Amino acid sequence: MIYDVIIIGGGVTGCSIARTLSKYDLNICVIEKEAEIASGTTKANSGVVHAGYAAQREYIKRYLCIKGNKLYTQAVKELNFPFERIGSFVVALEDNQIKELEEERKKGTEDGIPGLELILDKKKIKDMEPNLTDDVVGVLHAPSAGLVSPYELTFALAENAATNGVKFLRNHEVVKIKHQEYTFTVRTYQGEFQASNLINAAGLHAARISKMLGLDYFSIMPRKGEYVLFDRNAIHLNKILFPMPTRVSKGILVCPTLHGNTFAGPNAQNITDREDISTTTAGLKDILDGGRNLVPNLPLRSSIRNFAGLRAVPDTYDFIIDNTDIYGFINVAGILSPGLTATFAIAEKVIEFLELLGVELNVRDDYNPIRPKPERFKDFNKEDLDKKIQEDPRWGRIICRCETIPEMEIINAIHAPVGANTVDGIKFRCRPGMGRCQGGFCRPRVIEILSRELKKPYEEITKRGEDTNILIGRTKDIALKEISRGVSKE
Amino acid sequence: MNKYSVDVTVIGGGSAGLAAAIIVKKANLNVLILERDKELGGITLQCIHNGFGLHEFKEELTGPEYVQRFINQAVELDIAYKLDTMVIEITSDKVIYAVNNKEGLIEIKTKAIILAMGCREKTRGAINIPGFRPAGIYTAGQAQRFVNIEGYLPGRSYVILGSGDIGMIIARRLTWEGCQVKAVVEIQPYVSGLIRNEVQCLEDYGIPLITSYTVTKIHGKDRVQGVTISKVDRNFDRVIGSEKFIECDTLLLSVGLIPENELTREAGAEISEMGGPVVDNNLETTIEGVFACGNVLQVHDLVDLVTAEAKRAGLNAVDYIKNRYDKKIERKEIIKCIAGENVNYVKPDLINRSDLSKDVIFTFRVKRPDRRLLIQFKDDKNRIIYKRKRSYVIPSEMLEIKLNLNEFNIDSNIKSIEIEVIPRPEVLIEED
Repeated sequence: MIYDVIIIGGGVTGCSIARTLSKYDLNICVIEKEAEIASGTTKANSGVVHAGYAAQREYIKRYLCIKGNKLYTQAVKELNFPFERIGSFVVALEDNQIKELEEERKKGTEDGIPGLELILDKKKIKDMEPNLTDDVVGVLHAPSAGLVSPYELTFALAENAATNGVKFLRNHEVVKIKHQEYTFTVRTYQGEFQASNLINAAGLHAARISKMLGLDYFSIMPRKGEYVLFDRNAIHLNKILFPMPTRVSKGILVCPTLHGNTFAGPNAQNITDREDISTTTAGLKDILDGGRNLVPNLPLRSSIRNFAGLRAVPDTYDFIIDNTDIYGFINVAGILSPGLTATFAIAEKVIEFLELLGVELNVRDDYNPIRPKPERFKDFNKEDLDKKIQEDPRWGRIICRCETIPEMEIINAIHAPVGANTVDGIKFRCRPGMGRCQGGFCRPRVIEILSRELKKPYEEITKRGEDTNILIGRTKDIALKEISRGVSKE
Repeated sequence: MNKYSVDVTVIGGGSAGLAAAIIVKKANLNVLILERDKELGGITLQCIHNGFGLHEFKEELTGPEYVQRFINQAVELDIAYKLDTMVIEITSDKVIYAVNNKEGLIEIKTKAIILAMGCREKTRGAINIPGFRPAGIYTAGQAQRFVNIEGYLPGRSYVILGSGDIGMIIARRLTWEGCQVKAVVEIQPYVSGLIRNEVQCLEDYGIPLITSYTVTKIHGKDRVQGVTISKVDRNFDRVIGSEKFIECDTLLLSVGLIPENELTREAGAEISEMGGPVVDNNLETTIEGVFACGNVLQVHDLVDLVTAEAKRAGLNAVDYIKNRYDKKIERKEIIKCIAGENVNYVKPDLINRSDLSKDVIFTFRVKRPDRRLLIQFKDDKNRIIYKRKRSYVIPSEMLEIKLNLNEFNIDSNIKSIEIEVIPRPEVLIEED
């Protein structure tokens, strides 16, 4: 079979394109190298939906960001992912920075960003965000900025795309691509797949994929960002807080999460290893120091986790969304910040290119834009909860104590379209292991459920795919092997 | 929705909850235990090593043997319990909502509540080790569960960060399994668990204990391939150039325990700085009729001491129901207990002035080890109420002092009592 479109990369960009395309009568396949989707740059994105004033006017990312921000309103209604417009502050700590903020406000408003407001009344600022430092002299308030869960958004996109017929192949790393007679042949370790159009949304690996077709006109540098996450009982913010931007990044922000936690980060380090998501002592210190400039009472003792993510930074510093010289091959590369905000606008841009390529875009009769909201224990009132447990007792067996996650939510996460097949996959879909104990209590039970539902032995259950097995074997295995070795020697 | 009405509800069916429930039932009140796991017994069930019961039964038992005695007693007394049952809410007027897979949502109206939810292990994030996020990082207790309960091995070669008791005990257990424990690495200059565990679990098996070191990097992308450890100075800053690489496929964390008080907090009880609820000398929290005992109140070093504390909580709950419930007795003025020099925390946090004629059991831990000491109780005007000599103190040991404050002619107007552990002056004191 020859697909109409193959998309390489199951991050938010690839899934967003897949979902937007799934509206049309096309055969589509998404190829992802990891065991789960949303495993690359998507996973450790800070989840901020930007208002759009930050990027300079010569960059396409500015306009796609402003447009993308607006598209969230409709997308949330259809896809039911966690999203809240809580607004952001850019915080000026010195008088001379106010002019800069006013400039941003003016340009942003001209470009269509709603509600931008420069606030200089310190009392008003502190009322809106009491945790902010007393040194604040003014803020640029962007009410359209918001928070999204980047991976939950990606799962929602993938689920809806799969419901509308998109095929997802995970654990498929692309090793070679051939282009002959208007057909692309994509080879992975598992097999060969053909398509008449190929979209490269491979994130950090996009330049490598492009080179497989001989197109070597950009490079992607991994830039690492580290984060520190704080317990939700320790501090609670109302607003996303940015420092004044620097040349390399938007700086260390202090930001609430949709689940009530707070994080500080990311810093920005250019690195060479595309898989390097290690955290460093120096980096973590920078983050805490930076964070405390904005929020002096950042509770160091209540940090529950630190982690790092990579941004795919192109040498152009702008999104590369191109109908390339190879007919039918579209690069969607270098989707750095604000790529998450722009994601729906990026997908629309890709559709325009496909249209230019002459792909027939007929809306499917059975297209269903709705991805129902996953049922959550926490969302039920007492009556519904009781009814739910009477219907299926698995709603009443709590697996994760910290986040109150019942067995049923985990089973639903496994059996959803493009469902979870690893411990991390479950953690990112329904949160067991995200809480205070970080999986201390629930991990053995999650393994038990995965093992049962996927019909795999315990030893084959992994944290996040190949070579990340949680357990190595039964007790006595090592001892017995040693004994039998001893016996055979005799 | 099933609705129940009981005298006392005990949340948690481990060593603490069982002992408290037994006392309540023996006083002819009805009691219900709510346990979130699939069986009674709590964390003691996975502690298959010996050393339990020396205080309580004057014999040496394993964890499961110890707790089974209480389970048997609970069954004999026909104490009601619900398993796989998770409390989701405690209202201010002591209505408990819980769920399980047999009954759905349950509503329990109760006169008194005994909190006995135990504690959880601190995790890696709290101590911010840099490095990758590979598979092969577990808390010591989690590894203990995998090995002792599930029957699976989490790895072959181990480094254990932190010399907490669970860490040292699992080090020995894994050695028996044919696994290699390369080292136990402790950031403090001294072992953080009990000395007997250092001797019986590490020294006897030749497992190196490396003090004043910590893990500063985790190697490996998919699976742990090793750790870098570094020496730390007095301020716990790492000493550059002291780094050593240790190859291993698993890192276990035994870096301490924290009382599990999310429910307590949500119910509106005040929580003290060390994580346990604020309690008075009756082990009553700041919510009337809600008591706390065991590791949910403070992390104990011995389960026997948990049992003793839980019995007190049980007795106090009985006393509450028989003498105070529904009588609208105003809380009497209180005296605050303050942790002074080299004292990490002290329980109780408060003493009711009206209870000064009763014995008060003070439990506390020191911040750092020391020798030749004086434990001293002072009032808010710096007058010494009581003092006692002590030859040594270590943070791993919970200290207990029982006092009847009325015997010490204290000023009836004092607002606080401070406990301090200070170096002993040269002149000997004729007490102890």
